[in-house]
Amino acid sequence: MLDAAFCVVRRDLLLAWRRKSDVATALLFFVIVTSLFPLGVGAEPTLLRAIAPGVIWVAALLSSMLSLSRLFAADHADGTLEQMLLGAAPLGVVAAAKAAAHWIVAGLPLALIAPCIALQYDLQAALWPVLALSLLLGTPVLSLIGAIGAALTLGLRGGGILLSLLVLPLYVPVLILGAGSVDMASAGMGGEGQLLLLAALLVAAGAFAPWAIAAALRISME
Amino acid sequence: MNWFWYASPQTFYPLAGRMAPWFAGAAALLAVAGLYIGFFVAPTDAQQGEVYRIIFIHVPAAWLSMFIYVVMAFWAALGLAFNTRLSGMMANALAPTGALFTFIALWTGSLWGRPTWGTYWVWDARLTSELVLLFLYLGFIALQAAIDDPRRADRAGALLAIVGGVNIPIIHYSVVWWNTLHQGASVSVTKGASMQSQMLSAMLLMALAFWMYSIAVSLVRVRCVIRERGEA
Repeated sequence: MLDAAFCVVRRDLLLAWRRKSDVATALLFFVIVTSLFPLGVGAEPTLLRAIAPGVIWVAALLSSMLSLSRLFAADHADGTLEQMLLGAAPLGVVAAAKAAAHWIVAGLPLALIAPCIALQYDLQAALWPVLALSLLLGTPVLSLIGAIGAALTLGLRGGGILLSLLVLPLYVPVLILGAGSVDMASAGMGGEGQLLLLAALLVAAGAFAPWAIAAALRISME
Repeated sequence: MNWFWYASPQTFYPLAGRMAPWFAGAAALLAVAGLYIGFFVAPTDAQQGEVYRIIFIHVPAAWLSMFIYVVMAFWAALGLAFNTRLSGMMANALAPTGALFTFIALWTGSLWGRPTWGTYWVWDARLTSELVLLFLYLGFIALQAAIDDPRRADRAGALLAIVGGVNIPIIHYSVVWWNTLHQGASVSVTKGASMQSQMLSAMLLMALAFWMYSIAVSLVRVRCVIRERGEA
């Protein structure tokens, strides 16, 4: 069972590695969106410091969502997905592995690059680890919830827009907790509470989302 | 009596047709009674004056907006578990009414907020949750509309409704928590623990009227859905 999971993760990572531009595009999107905000709202350092956690988190949300529509599309097109449905490995495990690969490609780089963005927003250095940690805990939840939406909208016309409509309302708690942890830390109250709640969300999503993804895949493929 | 007899669209279609007028009639009677008590019998509020009377529309709409989502998720779960066709159609028929009530609750809320709070919109926890609920309804409707095959539409919608239903408490509490962090005590709507009995009865009558209206409208809509799919 774990072999199947590792196999799927390795395969998806290999595919991503062969088409590096896809990964780079999502990351570039994140950087560009966050760079646009100071141009829009003005470069007042106090203002930037105040909006930094929210802006970075919203940009991470959108960037992670943009690559979701590709999550199952290629496998669906070439028939691999059907084989995964028929295969001996439980579909939930395969689904969890796909979400994990998506996170490594689309979520992890955001967490790593976020401190650089925080630098642009003049966020104190003490807040960088909190920001990175909140993204590390939060982006897997985005990948897991997003995969449900990606599986439901598989092969539909206008799938990308529809996917955002389905998934973004469900992202609300992650956004609130993620941006909130940095806000609390910057207010000197420590963001541990929010980070723990984010970790709880991650555990819950990790336990239940694979089922929902698998069910959604079966519905879309029948 | 065998209740499952009516689980088939074919047998439910005439039953729904017979029941809908009764619920519609009950809705009309209750609404007339509720509005009469609300506008002519119930006394003027000591603090808010006449403006408070919007409560007779606002609160029942807000109740139903949340309750209909639960009912919708229930039918959706039933449909997924027992593979019944009618359940998906019921969820399909309930969604527009739920979205409508969510919108009415938001709309009347902002109209009420302007004279009492001095603003059409605040990022209050309840308002924000209601807004997210509207987005969830619209997502459900959009997903069903985007899928051509009715069976897949029903099942995909059902899964989304269940995922949304599980998430609603999480969203609500995260919003409440976010609100207490950001908002401070700018707006606090503390209702008196005891409401004047005429106000309460008007509000309950209106809530019942909205219930009856929802049932009548969803029965009519489910008939349309059955017809559209050529099952009756």
